[in-house]
Amino acid sequence: MRRILLGIILAVLVGGLGAGWVAAKHHPAQEKVTIVGSTALQPLAEAVASRYRQGQPTTNITVQGGGSGTGLSQVQAGAVNIGSADIFASQQDGIDAHKLRDHIVAVSGIAPIVNPKLGVKNLTMTQLHQIFTGQITNWRRVGGPDLPITVINRANGSGTRLAFEQTVLRKGDHAVQAQEQDSNGTVKEIVTNTPGAISYISFSYLNKTVQPLKINGVAPTASNVTTNRWPLWSYEHLYTQRRLNRATQQFIKYMQSGKVQNGLVKEANYVSIHEMKVTKSATGQVSERK
Amino acid sequence: MDKVKQELLTPSAESRQEWRGKIISYLAIIVIGGLVATILIFLTSKGVALFIQDGYSLGKFLSGVNWQPSHHLYGALPMIVTSFAVTLLAGIVALPLALVSAVAITEMLPPRVNQLIQPVIELLVGVPSVVYGYVGLTVIVPRLGRLFGGTGFGILAATCVLFLMVLPTMTSMTIDNLRQVPKQYRLASAGLGATRWQTITRVVIPSAKGGILTAMIFGMARAFGEALAVQMVIGNAAVMPHGLMSSAATLTSVLTTGIGNTVMGTTSNNALWSLALILLLMSLAFNLLLRLVAKKGAH
Amino acid sequence: MRAEKVDKIATAVVLSLAGLVGLLIISFLGYLLVVGLPNVSWHFLFSPAESFKSGGGIRDQLFNSLYLVVLTMLVSVPLALCAAIYLSEYAPQNRLTATLRLAIEVLSSLPSVVIGLFGYLVFVLQFGLDFSLLAGALALTILNLPLLTRSCEDALQQVPQLQRQAGLGLGMSKWRVTTKIVLPAALSGIITGAILSAGRIFGEAAALIYTAGQSSPAISYTDWNPFSPTSFLNPLRPAETLAVHIWKVNSEGLVPDARAVSNGSAAVLIITILAFNLLARLVGYLIKRRLAK
Repeated sequence: MRRILLGIILAVLVGGLGAGWVAAKHHPAQEKVTIVGSTALQPLAEAVASRYRQGQPTTNITVQGGGSGTGLSQVQAGAVNIGSADIFASQQDGIDAHKLRDHIVAVSGIAPIVNPKLGVKNLTMTQLHQIFTGQITNWRRVGGPDLPITVINRANGSGTRLAFEQTVLRKGDHAVQAQEQDSNGTVKEIVTNTPGAISYISFSYLNKTVQPLKINGVAPTASNVTTNRWPLWSYEHLYTQRRLNRATQQFIKYMQSGKVQNGLVKEANYVSIHEMKVTKSATGQVSERK
Repeated sequence: MDKVKQELLTPSAESRQEWRGKIISYLAIIVIGGLVATILIFLTSKGVALFIQDGYSLGKFLSGVNWQPSHHLYGALPMIVTSFAVTLLAGIVALPLALVSAVAITEMLPPRVNQLIQPVIELLVGVPSVVYGYVGLTVIVPRLGRLFGGTGFGILAATCVLFLMVLPTMTSMTIDNLRQVPKQYRLASAGLGATRWQTITRVVIPSAKGGILTAMIFGMARAFGEALAVQMVIGNAAVMPHGLMSSAATLTSVLTTGIGNTVMGTTSNNALWSLALILLLMSLAFNLLLRLVAKKGAH
Repeated sequence: MRAEKVDKIATAVVLSLAGLVGLLIISFLGYLLVVGLPNVSWHFLFSPAESFKSGGGIRDQLFNSLYLVVLTMLVSVPLALCAAIYLSEYAPQNRLTATLRLAIEVLSSLPSVVIGLFGYLVFVLQFGLDFSLLAGALALTILNLPLLTRSCEDALQQVPQLQRQAGLGLGMSKWRVTTKIVLPAALSGIITGAILSAGRIFGEAAALIYTAGQSSPAISYTDWNPFSPTSFLNPLRPAETLAVHIWKVNSEGLVPDARAVSNGSAAVLIITILAFNLLARLVGYLIKRRLAK
């Protein structure tokens, strides 16, 4: 009796699975788009992907983190459709940028941050440079209280750090040996808890717990980024192979469309690519946008 | 006649079953053995790529103090030192406390208390390491920062987190070991007029010595390989630590931070795999040490 | 009289130190629950996570964690059990067996991040599983096998030798003795060990970041077809577990209520593991009682 029951259960299970497999095969072919890479871009990409699926239920979009390096190497190997990165492919060691196609989907402003209780609200670019190269080590020298400066740097090879050092450091400068943190969230946590700390994060992560600094009196706002009056910013890239399939192309188009750029991109405190009046090259050259 | 012969010569149902059973269990053990071998070979081949493919010298890797992938400097010494420092510190603090708690539970407190504590310890062993790291990040680090100045991130914070993490494991293993000491030993000692404390220090602990050491090494092995919890609180500065409050980086924290920002096959990626290889060798060493201690304890 | 004085003082010192440890542990658990539980609500448990708005829940993460444990158990329990049977019943006492045991123990002390990276290169890239539950389950299996094998073997070893000899004396094959006599007697120990190990892998994060992935695409709980890519049962979809979620929200989360989400998640994790442990005790007790009848 027991055996018969077991047999029936097994048969139903196998039958059900088989039917399911057949049904899945006959389903309108699901197109799969996989995005792997930058952890900083992941929240935005996820939000855009879930919005996109509401209009295009046949496209299945997967967004994964893993870091810019992982994203670029995976897309170069053809393992994924899109590799997201917050650096130019040519800046990454071991990537042949000519084999990839760059799609810029957002601009991310970067702001230096300090603890709100410090009382410093503005620094000159020279002072910032001196702090991050270790020439100024006390807040007293830049008009703050008598407190040693704790520099929190970003992880080596991270996009935010590259963009920051491209603008703030000069060629041949060595950044001061300091704590390194990988993620925007942790950096914010440290600066919130440490009176003398200074670091930098993307605009998206700014909130009341940290004090963004003005540079040379210019405030870190989206409109200042668009004209490069605020010079600390970087692109968010989606890299694909030279030839890309239809679903991938459509998704990227959607992400670059005015609807997303003025909607989700702005909600997440990125800067819309359509409002940019300047462009930046991989080497940091800024020029008027034609 | 032939029929009987045939029946005698064909394997019985029992022996056929025996064969089936043997095949199944042998297969399972082969799969596991193969898995371990694959992991070892794989990690070794990945780990030596830095020295063979990229020609980086092993001496420079092990004794260099500069870890700056952007300048092609791969000195792993600071991480090796930090890994050992936090592990040893956590072990040294945790061992006496684990021992004391275990002694209290097995020798002094009524068995009812033990019934209550056992589930709590099991629960703590199961608490995910991210939770330990998270508590470290939100509770321990800010406190330390306020107490000693600076950010609070660093070796001391990592030690605290690891200490909290290995304490339950060590305690529960020590309890098991103290329990294995035969009751007669205690009775005999008491019969000779020894006080409870004398019995504990002269009889119970010496006869469980091997097991206690095993517990300590086991706990430290876990601490040595812990990645996320440490990465969240240690500050990740790949420099030689120069004090308890200085930020540092362990092998595991550099590994988790860096692997996403490098490209497979490049020198900086291979260097990270070499760190993974060191971790593997160290866990091998911990294991051999464990066996040695266990063997000594048995004699 | 001196010895007695020492005894009294030492007892006091030991008890107070142990009390301190107890206090530390209780305040640790208490802290997690006190700051976490207020954030846990039906809404938190049963609504999907938000990317950069507050008010997100952990529905998918919680389900993924549980489902991943089930998948891992499906792979690792049979494997570990068979290996344990080999080690306990068949293995000859020789150097090869000793090496095998050492190999399994080495596996147990491998840092989980190393296993995660191995899983990433082998399961995710080499086998082409992508970031998926299956890749995560395989990585967790590696992590789980050593301890599970050990606890199964212990359970088998605790069955008295006499019972085996009785079976063999009746002319039963060794395999039959193992499956009909030893296994039922060891069942409670095996199940307890399995559930406890389930609790352990439930909270694993480092091995999963690069195997099961760090994000959950939208899944539908009405699609029961495990081959459909949006089905919640599909083992080939990427999945973020609760422990990974805590790590991610803390490091790159854009949500303004990151603190609340991770506090709540941590509390849920602890309670689930507590449930696993209680379940293990209950099941062990029930089986024992049934066997005693």
